[in-house]
Amino acid sequence: MTAVSTERLARVFVEVADTLVDEFEIIDFLHRLTMRTADLVDAAAVGLLLADQRGRLQFMAASQEQARLLELFQLQNDEGPCLDAFRTAAPVVNADLSTSGGRWPRFAPHAVAAGFRSVHAFPLRLRSEVIGALNVFGTEAEARLEEQDVHVVQAIADIATIALLQERAIRRSEILTEQLQAALNSRIIIEQAKGVIAQALDLSIDEAFDAIRAYARRSNRQLGELAHDIVTDLTKIEEITPP
Amino acid sequence: MCVAAAESIEASGVGLWVMSKDGVPGFSVASDPGCQQVEEFQFTVGEGASTDAFSSRRPILVPDLADGLSSRWPVYSAAMHDLGVGAVFAFPMQVGASRLGVFTIFRSRAAGLTAEELALALTFADVALMTLLDGHEASSDGLAGAMTHQAAVFQAQGMIMVQLGVSLEEALIRLRARAYADGRALTDVARDVLTRRLRFQHGDS
Repeated sequence: MTAVSTERLARVFVEVADTLVDEFEIIDFLHRLTMRTADLVDAAAVGLLLADQRGRLQFMAASQEQARLLELFQLQNDEGPCLDAFRTAAPVVNADLSTSGGRWPRFAPHAVAAGFRSVHAFPLRLRSEVIGALNVFGTEAEARLEEQDVHVVQAIADIATIALLQERAIRRSEILTEQLQAALNSRIIIEQAKGVIAQALDLSIDEAFDAIRAYARRSNRQLGELAHDIVTDLTKIEEITPP
Repeated sequence: MCVAAAESIEASGVGLWVMSKDGVPGFSVASDPGCQQVEEFQFTVGEGASTDAFSSRRPILVPDLADGLSSRWPVYSAAMHDLGVGAVFAFPMQVGASRLGVFTIFRSRAAGLTAEELALALTFADVALMTLLDGHEASSDGLAGAMTHQAAVFQAQGMIMVQLGVSLEEALIRLRARAYADGRALTDVARDVLTRRLRFQHGDS
């Protein structure tokens, strides 16, 4: 993997800064952040997990469906790079999945079967706490992150933390709890909306998500807000079309 | 339940109010009469931590009502001071877009919740939600615990809502009733809905 291009990095930086000074929706932001990260380091997929107030990791966003499934697989099996980064507060860098069977006996073969060869994971840090983790998956074994890339991806993970804290001008520890709980609940609304669209348009859950995302893009709407409209006003379904 | 919560979280009072279907405040219960008075007061003046928690769909945590940050509620803050309340923590009882009400903890002294107290408060709010939803007891690891974990449950909830043409709340009640009646795990039944092995029909219970 080549070092991050300065031009791409600048573009992402500007987009992030633009978002953070404006009104934004956290789920939407985290989702875009995973896509930009994948772009930036030429990764095949990027996923992000956040810890709830009971210390359990929950899936929040992924650049694509495969990453979402791999994140959920880690959660279900209680094993994998994201969990390691979360528990140790240290990044997992350049892990070769074909030789990681000893470290992650369930996750490594599963990820290889899904077509991935390398994985990296970065903790989302806030002072002495770890509040989540960011996973980067590659399809080529030689897709190594250079030292510079590692700093860039860790900085992106830190940006995700900052976005969570960002609210009004007030800085108090309760804000993180409030934001986390709101983000976790938004995630649930998106799952509920996926079910509504899957049933109404006779799609799989993944196709339903694609349809919702595509409509959000077309109509320039935030994902969470659109999902809320879908589950509270079934007439909105008519505007969504199969992908 | 309010009394049990008040005892385990070192609160001077715990209140819980439930919204009726059309979005107006329905009934409220509290661990003591003073607390109930505070809860009802919010709807009279139209401002306060519980009303904000409900409308913003997020917890509103105020460890010190006197620190000036709560100037967003001039009338409420003053009344809380008079009633000897120093801190207030309000948690929406919700599953995604379904909202049933708010669970609120009051403290006479100004102090934040510890991590353990916070986890306990969230669990109480979950249990209250599930009990209000359909009266089924949430076991210790509980349906409430399982709820927060499984995307499949929420996706199935959305599907059942469309299958039956009912509200989101009703869809979850039906899903839970089916799991309960069949003695199966909620997520297993949810997966059957997602894979189209199970379809809910009118008249099913």
